[in-house]
Amino acid sequence: MAELTIEARGLVKRFGRRTALDGLDLAVEPGRVMAVLGPNGAGKTTFVRAVATLLRLDGGTLRVAGFDVRREPEEVRRAIGLAGQYASVEPAMTGRENLEMVARLYGQPARTARASAAGVLERFGLAGDADRLARTYSGGMRRKLDLGASLVSTPRLLLLDEPTTGLDPRSRIELWDAIDGLVEHGTDVLLTTQYLDEAERLAGHIVIIDRGRAVASGPPAELKRRVGGNVLEVHVRDRADLAAVTAALARPGHTAPQVDEATRRVSVGAGDGDAVGGLLAGLRAVEDAGVELAGISVRQPGLEEVFLALTGQDEVDGMPGTRGKAMR
Amino acid sequence: MPSAAAAGLRRAGLATGTVLVAKRAVLTFLRTPQLVIVGTVQLVGFLVTFRYVFGGAFGTSRGLPYVDFAVPGFIAAGVPFTLIGTAVVMAEDLRRGFVDRLRSLPFPSAAVLTGRVLADSVVLTWSLAIATLVGFAIGFRLHGSIAQGLAAFGLCLVFGLAFSWVFITLGLIAGNGQAAQGMAMLVFPLTFGSSAYVPVETMPGWLRAFADNQPVTWMANAVRALTLGDHARDFLGHSAAYYVTYSLIWAAGIMIVFSALAVARFRRS
Repeated sequence: MAELTIEARGLVKRFGRRTALDGLDLAVEPGRVMAVLGPNGAGKTTFVRAVATLLRLDGGTLRVAGFDVRREPEEVRRAIGLAGQYASVEPAMTGRENLEMVARLYGQPARTARASAAGVLERFGLAGDADRLARTYSGGMRRKLDLGASLVSTPRLLLLDEPTTGLDPRSRIELWDAIDGLVEHGTDVLLTTQYLDEAERLAGHIVIIDRGRAVASGPPAELKRRVGGNVLEVHVRDRADLAAVTAALARPGHTAPQVDEATRRVSVGAGDGDAVGGLLAGLRAVEDAGVELAGISVRQPGLEEVFLALTGQDEVDGMPGTRGKAMR
Repeated sequence: MPSAAAAGLRRAGLATGTVLVAKRAVLTFLRTPQLVIVGTVQLVGFLVTFRYVFGGAFGTSRGLPYVDFAVPGFIAAGVPFTLIGTAVVMAEDLRRGFVDRLRSLPFPSAAVLTGRVLADSVVLTWSLAIATLVGFAIGFRLHGSIAQGLAAFGLCLVFGLAFSWVFITLGLIAGNGQAAQGMAMLVFPLTFGSSAYVPVETMPGWLRAFADNQPVTWMANAVRALTLGDHARDFLGHSAAYYVTYSLIWAAGIMIVFSALAVARFRRS
């Protein structure tokens, strides 16, 4: 098999008493876009920073493009590009100056740097604005410039830390389009995100992490199948009816019903394979229970449901320790 | 390194990295009107205010016109004032991920710091040159040789190297620009509690004890002594060489301690 782009084994990183990475295992095969999905504080950014040689690990081994991050950081840096939620471009320099500076810092001679900068500007549709100061750019343009800066040296691996956080929907789609096709240019991508739709849109493979550990991984379709396709959400008028609805929805083929007392809702991942049949069966059961309903909705599973399903949690909400269980 | 050779890449060394990082910092200065105005007008404002508002009240010190006493002190004390912005910029670069971007690139990351020091020297040269010209315009005169005057100016730039590391360290510790600005206010007790603006003999005992034993006093006296030429001993008690030596020892000590602190902090962040 070809050399792995990222090979992480048992990564541990502590910040004081907080453990950000708690034995994380993760492999990225070449020719792939891999998404690391998880809630805030799951360890996504810490992992990206470790891959980018920006922090010292407390344990485990991490190889990037075949190089050990601890012993060969310089080789790792040569192989990667980093872009992220903070568009780290210099606002007081033009788009072109920003790109040329980064290219020079990658070790390119001035002439090569000019050519790489021009190429990136063209590719991301920034050529017309190349000589304006970056502080006059829109948020989306700035993020594109940031992405471009990480690509001036055609890295083997691009690290994208929450690339679209804080962007408006249109800029988000534009940035997704820019990320598309990177693999064809010979760049593998590791991106972190809190959004399931983003991971699905961009990545062929998703790793879900929680509390510093990988809890599940696989292609998006497979992960969603494990959740059970669509999510059925039943909203009752009277809190006292929650128990009856929960009982009605707890049936084979569904995930364990999740109860939200505050909003008087019960949700369940419904329908494995025969999705529509599963939904209807659930609804009939609720009807038979004779409960007065405030509303019913069917939606795509969110990160929350994927989480609950894949971490195998079926106990009461908020019990510590139950969510960290690995399930592969 | 076979991989680097295969990719046809050179490595950007410490010198190239330093120059590129410094260029970015100088461009930021030149293209941010607030920074240019502060960097150009701040010292001049101080100088003119003291010369004309307070100067009359101070009269002369041991027969030395106040303007000749004050201008060298102002310029020496102007060094830390001019560099306060370094702490703010450093903290903000760190907070918004710019430092991460630089550190993820394959050049010696020490250049992120040395580039900032180089940029500070450029900006400082500009600010001090303006202040010096204004100093001459409001009546300051050299009593020593032109060479001594130039040495005094060069000495200020050496002090700048020391203070640059101090403010880089504060910026790295602060976490954000506002906190960095707050921490940089330590400049006020250091400069006002020194011989920069008034002779320390006029201060109460406890303040004088502080003033006599802190770097800005030695730096102000060294710059002053060089501009006084042969009169230095009469006015200050010792020769210019004496003050210059002590001020350089202070500068070197500050540079060693704070560059070590900055590098340690930078590695850890």
